[in-house]
Amino acid sequence: MKNINMAITILVGLVGLVIWYVIYKQLEPFSYFFAYTLLGIEKGSHLGEAIQFFVYDTPKVMMLLTLIVFVIGMLRSFFTQERTRKYLAGKRETAGNVMAALLGIVTPFCSCSAVPLFLGFVQAGVPLGVTFSFLIAAPMVNEIAFVLLYGLLGWKVAAIYLTTGLLIAIISGWIIGRFKLEHWIEDWVQELRAAEAVVMEEQLTIPDRIERGKDAVRDIVGKVWGYVVAGIAVGALIHGYVPETFMASIMGKDAWWSVPAAVVVGIPMYSNAAGIVPIVEALLGKGAALGTVLAFMMSVIALSLPEMVILRKVLKPKLIAVFIAVVGSGILFTGFLFNMII
Amino acid sequence: MEIKVCGPGCASCKQAQEIVEAAVAAKGADATITKVSDFAEIAKLGIFSTPAVVVDGKVKCVGRAPKQAEVEEWIG
Repeated sequence: MKNINMAITILVGLVGLVIWYVIYKQLEPFSYFFAYTLLGIEKGSHLGEAIQFFVYDTPKVMMLLTLIVFVIGMLRSFFTQERTRKYLAGKRETAGNVMAALLGIVTPFCSCSAVPLFLGFVQAGVPLGVTFSFLIAAPMVNEIAFVLLYGLLGWKVAAIYLTTGLLIAIISGWIIGRFKLEHWIEDWVQELRAAEAVVMEEQLTIPDRIERGKDAVRDIVGKVWGYVVAGIAVGALIHGYVPETFMASIMGKDAWWSVPAAVVVGIPMYSNAAGIVPIVEALLGKGAALGTVLAFMMSVIALSLPEMVILRKVLKPKLIAVFIAVVGSGILFTGFLFNMII
Repeated sequence: MEIKVCGPGCASCKQAQEIVEAAVAAKGADATITKVSDFAEIAKLGIFSTPAVVVDGKVKCVGRAPKQAEVEEWIG
């Protein structure tokens, strides 16, 4: 009986995936048909390009988002923070930094749970540098940003984002580990001796995990779809009406100062990934350099003022300053590197 | 019955609080619900990921907002 249910589940999943793919492939031809045949707008006109862009990108991004949020939601039911912590507790630095950064992508995390997570890691004896690798990767390498970059700008930009984000998290954590800054953790954290509560480990079946995936779609897609549509609408207007070279003078390759400026401007800005990526696309399309735009995006999502304020409860100001300096340098370096090689 | 909802006050913590309140109301249970938002206090309960729900001193779930049916089972 169990096997039959399993087979049905797999079959339904496969059929769903095929239908998803067929619809996805029709989106681009449909957008041309909609703008130029159905509405009868002249090809190559500003209005026509803006409408075609919007009608193509909105369903495309929403479909990609739904699929990946579902898959990640299922995956995340395997990676609880408790398991991640136990796993990292036994790891040494370097290998620990790499594992922590990778786990940072798949372990469920929100910036307000940063403090309890930090306390748990310290209690479990996870090295400070390894803890930071996790805390940097968790917001920086964001699955929504990854999907939007892939959908709007192609797999190369998405891969660059994933790789550099991971590298910054690994290396920054490793450097912070070398500084031996444990004494810059707030004293009450060091004095805290609390045994972890025993919680019944949940026994999740495959249908349970599918349910978690659906919950994630309802929760995340329900929350961000407005940002995505608004972002694409702005992107569509820029795509149709703003001249091609508009951003080149202020955010182009030749303006070296634009990289540090982008990082500094990005720190107080706080946006979720869904809001920032359509802006990234619009800037890139109008002549801004990839390195500069990447630096801006990373600064906005990885160095956020609200998270610093929360972390201040467990870290002394000096350690927060080191954290911002190390991660900021990593982002700067990434920006300059890509402006140089692309 | 004493129920504690632990969390600093982000969206999912508020959601957990609402679900617990709804479950208590649906069951008509005699329970006091307290919100624990101090990080040190949460840690002393042995909880290192939020939101978390504690029923009569027993930690029932950590790191996620529970479903209402689950909460009803815990308090039923």
